[in-house]
Amino acid sequence: MSLVNIHEVHKYYGDLHVLKGINLNIKAGEVISIIGRSGSGKSTLLRCMNGLEKYQKGGITVDGKEVTTEEIQVRILARSVGMIFQSFNLFPHLTVGENIMLAPTIVLKKSKQEAQETAKAMLEKVGLADKFDSFPEKLSGGQQQRVAIARALAMNPKVLLCDEITSALDPELVGDVLKVLEQLAKEGMTLVLVTHEMNFARDVGDRVVFMHQGKVWEEGPAKEVFANPQTDELKNFVNSVL
Amino acid sequence: MIEFSNYDIIRNLLIATQWTVLLSLAAFVGGISVALCLTAARLTKNPVLTGLIKFYVEVFQGTPLLMQMFLCFFGLSLVGLNISAWNAAVLSLTLFTSAFLVEIWRGCIDTLPKGQWEASRCLGLSFLQTLRYVVLPQAFKVALAPSIGFSVQVVKGTALASVIGFVELTKAGTMLNNATFEPFKVFAFVALIYFALCYPLSLTSKILEKKFNVSR
Amino acid sequence: MLDFAALLPYSHVFIHGLITTVEISLLATVLGLVLGATFAVARQYGATWLSRIVNVYVELIRNTPFIVQLFFIFFGLPSIGLKLSAWEAGIIAMVVNLAAYSTEIIRAGLASTPKGQWEAGKVLGLSFKQTLFRVVIIPAIEKIYPALTSQCIIVMLGSAVLSQISVQDLTYAANFVQSRNFRSFESYLVTALLYLFLAILMRKAFNLIGKRLFSYRAER
Repeated sequence: MSLVNIHEVHKYYGDLHVLKGINLNIKAGEVISIIGRSGSGKSTLLRCMNGLEKYQKGGITVDGKEVTTEEIQVRILARSVGMIFQSFNLFPHLTVGENIMLAPTIVLKKSKQEAQETAKAMLEKVGLADKFDSFPEKLSGGQQQRVAIARALAMNPKVLLCDEITSALDPELVGDVLKVLEQLAKEGMTLVLVTHEMNFARDVGDRVVFMHQGKVWEEGPAKEVFANPQTDELKNFVNSVL
Repeated sequence: MIEFSNYDIIRNLLIATQWTVLLSLAAFVGGISVALCLTAARLTKNPVLTGLIKFYVEVFQGTPLLMQMFLCFFGLSLVGLNISAWNAAVLSLTLFTSAFLVEIWRGCIDTLPKGQWEASRCLGLSFLQTLRYVVLPQAFKVALAPSIGFSVQVVKGTALASVIGFVELTKAGTMLNNATFEPFKVFAFVALIYFALCYPLSLTSKILEKKFNVSR
Repeated sequence: MLDFAALLPYSHVFIHGLITTVEISLLATVLGLVLGATFAVARQYGATWLSRIVNVYVELIRNTPFIVQLFFIFFGLPSIGLKLSAWEAGIIAMVVNLAAYSTEIIRAGLASTPKGQWEAGKVLGLSFKQTLFRVVIIPAIEKIYPALTSQCIIVMLGSAVLSQISVQDLTYAANFVQSRNFRSFESYLVTALLYLFLAILMRKAFNLIGKRLFSYRAER
């Protein structure tokens, strides 16, 4: 039984047909990279997986629970699906520690002490143990994104969705964030990444999904897909980004 | 006692409204003129002048308009200048308006990137030329919406002239109230007439602001 | 000639008026801001009908003079059976006035919240209310804090009009004193300076509160 099950999902923005029948199954512990040109629907698909976007046809289940955009459903889902954004979206008025502790205390109703321990452990994991009391705006982009990862991990999710999480970073800061992801992958975390980091997708990812014009155009084991693209579209894409 | 029909009430209020409009216009035109002079003085970057203007703005924004009117009306007559309620109202509203406008315009001129001044200088434009051809046209666009928005405050400010006895809309309202003993109706009419004067200005300001924000 | 010494025998009148002005302004500021914040949430996130009603209220208040609102409340409402003391009418008028302005100001702050903040709250499992109060509200208020401060000061200064329905505030004191000693210019000048002092004090107080409220910016 797969952890994430996407079946014939269609999505429209008005008349615009953005997702045209997506089928995808993701097993626990898998690292999936979704690649493709902008406008191919890859971010939209990711945002459908945790109820941020509505889809009109088909079905998505995560851990056996159906994904809808109803507030209650999204909140229940939030306990098993974490998400990290391109623009970090840390809460500027809370310290790093408070950012991480907020959801565990008010959503999971953990005690403050317990939440604090978790927060510290997660910060340790992303290499920012000393930043517990700092405010987000004092951190570099790379550090902010690692805090965002720690914040998501503190909810102990079963799967982590990453929406172009290195795209807003200065090139020299990308490595730190990718290193954290690689570590998570090693520990068996299920990761679904929409990414432009092709080297990472090839070397760390288990599977690559190439999206084109709202469809899964091609998919397969990471190394094979890059070494031996089957369609012209993927060939062109790979040539243009590598 | 004379009976007042709704028609009579509204007719009398509308007659008084003419004075509200006239007073607003006088104050706004006067305020703009003074504010223009002050803005020009501020642009010289003379520390004494800018300091004085800052003080001027602080005083008129930091004291009640009613108090400013009292000072103009009672104060100046004490010095020997016999000043009518109309003159006192125009004078105090002009000063009040100019203090707010000069501050609004300061914000507008300051939002222009410094690069505009520097680029003009590199092109060999003089200070006045830069002002005339580069800064003012841009600042004017930015300043239009908030200036019109502030005109609403001027119209509403004229209501205080009633306190020093000038018969405009609000004063007519209190007089009609004393004659009719129908305060609910009278002041509702008064409020509606003010609304009819002010809302179009508010709306214009809002639309201009949106238009400007889109074009930026 | 100016003769400020003529005011000295009346200093207790001024002090009494000053205290009244501070009291009503403080009360009106707190109540007006709480009400304004509530209306702002209703205006921004409420159902369409609710949002419309709030908008009508805001526009009606913002486009009519405070003195007319005050007269309507003090003289008009008793005629439909709602009897109010001058003090009550004054407070209500100030609260209604400040609430309308602050609704519009705070709403603008809420509207400027980046979409990502709401989404981050959502994916962490926070409810609408939790996201609003824990995540959105403080940065939103920070953005419009200077405008909010100015508006509260404007309403405090506007309270001078309350003297017209015989609330015994600072302006009432000035009128009283000048009617006794005929030193109108001195009386009004001193009163104006007292208002100026209150305005400066109020700005300082708001800055201090702001510094605490937005301490996350302070260490920059």
